[in-house]
Amino acid sequence: MANSAAEMPARQTSFRSERTAWQKLKASPNWLGFWYMVPAMGILILFLAYPLGLGVWLSFTDTKIGRAGVFIGLENYIWLWEDRVFWTSVFNTLLYTTVASAAKFVIGLYLALLLNKHLPFKAMIRALVLIPFIVPTVLSAIAFWWIYDAQFSIISWSLRQLGWIDYNINFLGDVWNARWSTIFANVWRGVPFIAITLLAGLQTVSPSLYEAATLDGATPWQRFRHITYPLLTPIIAVVMTFSVLFTFTDFQLIWALTRGGPVNATHLMATLSYQRAIIAGQLGEGAAISTAMIPFLLAAIGIAWYGLQTRKWQQGGSNE
Amino acid sequence: MASVQIADVRKAYGATQVIHGVDIDIDDGEFVILVGPSGCGKSTLLRMIAGLENISGGEIRIGPRVVNDVPPKERDIAMVFQNYALYPHMTVADNMAFSMKLRKAPKSEIDERVGKAAGILGLDKLLDRYPRQLSGGQRQRVAMGRAIVRDPQVFLFDEPLSNLDAKLRVQMRTEIKELHQRLKTTTVYVTHDQIEAMTMADKIVVMHDGIVEQMGAPLELYDRPANLFVAAFIGSPSMNLLKGKITAGGFETEGGVVWPIGQHPADSNGRAAVFGIRPEHIQLDANGLKAEVVVVEPMGSETQVVVRCGGQNLTCVFRERITAKPGETITITPDTNVTHLFDAATGKRID
Repeated sequence: MANSAAEMPARQTSFRSERTAWQKLKASPNWLGFWYMVPAMGILILFLAYPLGLGVWLSFTDTKIGRAGVFIGLENYIWLWEDRVFWTSVFNTLLYTTVASAAKFVIGLYLALLLNKHLPFKAMIRALVLIPFIVPTVLSAIAFWWIYDAQFSIISWSLRQLGWIDYNINFLGDVWNARWSTIFANVWRGVPFIAITLLAGLQTVSPSLYEAATLDGATPWQRFRHITYPLLTPIIAVVMTFSVLFTFTDFQLIWALTRGGPVNATHLMATLSYQRAIIAGQLGEGAAISTAMIPFLLAAIGIAWYGLQTRKWQQGGSNE
Repeated sequence: MASVQIADVRKAYGATQVIHGVDIDIDDGEFVILVGPSGCGKSTLLRMIAGLENISGGEIRIGPRVVNDVPPKERDIAMVFQNYALYPHMTVADNMAFSMKLRKAPKSEIDERVGKAAGILGLDKLLDRYPRQLSGGQRQRVAMGRAIVRDPQVFLFDEPLSNLDAKLRVQMRTEIKELHQRLKTTTVYVTHDQIEAMTMADKIVVMHDGIVEQMGAPLELYDRPANLFVAAFIGSPSMNLLKGKITAGGFETEGGVVWPIGQHPADSNGRAAVFGIRPEHIQLDANGLKAEVVVVEPMGSETQVVVRCGGQNLTCVFRERITAKPGETITITPDTNVTHLFDAATGKRID
C-alpha cells in the first residue's frame, strides 16, 4: 500500500507531463491547421506540382515513349528555336488568343449590357445564352466541322442559294480561312461565360447610381464610360484572365476541327505539343513546347494581377 | 430658383393607378414635404418631378415651363437619394464635380464651386476621400454637396435621413433646414416620418393611397386636421380617436363615457362621429372622468400614461410627474378648446 502510494505520484507526474505536451500540441491552432491543410496539399502536389515538375524535367531530356531518356540540357529548346513549325504555332497561339479574347470580351460585354435591360422573356434569353457553354466542346467542334465542311457547309449552301457566291468556301482547307474559322468557333463557345459573368457584375451596380448620373446630365454613353465601366473593371480583370488562359491553352476545339492543319496553319502550342509528344512519341520535345507556354501564361497572369489589385476606392471603410 | 406646379398629375403602371390626380402648388423658395405611409405615392411623385418616371396624366411645371416631356438633365433639378447614390470610384471632390465635368465647365469654375459647397457643408478636409471611407452623416453631406454644386432650380430629397441613426437624424434635420434658409432654393422633400415633416417644412402635403389628404403649414395640420387620416398621422404620440355619437351633454363613446367637447354644430345631436383628443391635450382634473392607469412611461420632461376609460385605451401626456401606479385610478379631462370631431361615415372634420 505504502509502496504503491509512493510510486503513484511519480507515475502520475510523468503521465501528466506527457499529456500536457500532447495537449499543448493538440490545442495549438497551427498544428491543427497544418493537418487540415494536408489533404489539399497532397492533392495539389500529386496532381499539379508533380506533373508540372515532371513536364519541365522531361523537356530537358530526350525521353521517348517506351524509352527513358537522358539529360540533354537545352538541346530540345535549341531545336525548337530553329523549328519553323514551332514558331508558326507560337504565332497562331498569340493570334488565336488575342483575336478571340478581344472578340469574346466585346461581344460578351455587349450581350451582358443587353441582358441587363428589361427584356421580355429575360430569364429564358439568359438561359439560351448559356447553351454554347453547356454543349461539350467536342460536340460543338463536330457541329462546326460540318458547318465548315468543304462540300456540305450550310454557310456555303446558304450563300450560294442567295446567289452571292458560285463556289463552296474552303473553310478549313485554306490557311487563313482555317485560322478565322477556328477563332470564330472559339468565340462562339467562349462568349456565354464572359456574358454571364459580366451580367452578374452589372447587377451589383446600384440602379440609383445611373439615376443620379442621369440627373447629373450624363448621356447613355457617359453613364457607361463613367459609371458602368469603372465599377466593372475588377470583374473584367478576373473574367478576362480566365478567358485568356483558357484560350491560350485551347486544345479540344482545334484538335477536333483541324488537327492543326492545313499544313500546320492552325497548330497551337498545345496541339503541337500533343502531336510531338504523344503521336510522334517525342516526349521530351513535346514537354519543351509545353514548358515554353509557361512564360506566356505567367505574363498573362501578371497583367491580370496588376488589373486585379484592389483599387483605392475599394479599400477602407468598415460599413457597407 | 423656381416655383413648381403639379396639376392633376396621375400615374399608372399598366392598369394599376397609383396616383389619382394630385394638385400641389409650390412657391418659389418654399420647403415642401410630401409625407405619408409607405406606398402612398410620395416617392413616385418626386421621381416624376425629377423625370425618372413618366407622367401618365396631368402636368408638372417647373417655373413657367411644362416639363412633362423634358429629359431629367434639362429640368435643372438636383436630387438627394435615400442611399445617397455616391459614385464609389470617385473621391468626394469628383463626386461633387461630376455634373460640371460632364458639362465641360472650366476647371477654375469647378474648383470654386466645389470648394464653396464643401465649405458650406464642412467637407473641406474630406475632399480626397472615397465614399467608403466616410461615415453615414458625411456621405449624406456629400450627397447634398453634389446637389448644391449644381445650383439647381429645385432640390429634391428622397427620404434622405432614413439610413441614419436617430441622433444623427436630428442633427441632419437641423442642417438641412439651415441650408434651405441659407440658399433659399425651392425644395421638395419626401419622408414617411411626420416629425421630420413637422420640424422642417414650410408646407406639408399629407398623401395616402395616391391622393392628397391635406396640404398646409405644419401647425395648421396639427391644429385642424381635415380628416381622420391626417388626425391620426400627424402628431406624436398620435391622437386618441374614440367612436360614438354627439349628444346634448357632450360626446358619448361606445363605452358609455360622456366626454365634454368644445364648439360643435348646433344641429348635430345624435350624429354618429369620432371624437379626437391629442394626448398632450388631456389634463388631470379632480372633477374629470375616471380612468384606470395601464402603463406609465416617464420621459423626464413629461410623462406618457396609457389609461383605460370606458373600455378603451387612451394615451395621455402630462407635464406633471405622475405618481399613480398601474391599476390605480386617475381623473382626467380634455382641453375642450382643442378637441376634434370627425364624421363617422366620411371621416371628414366636423366644425
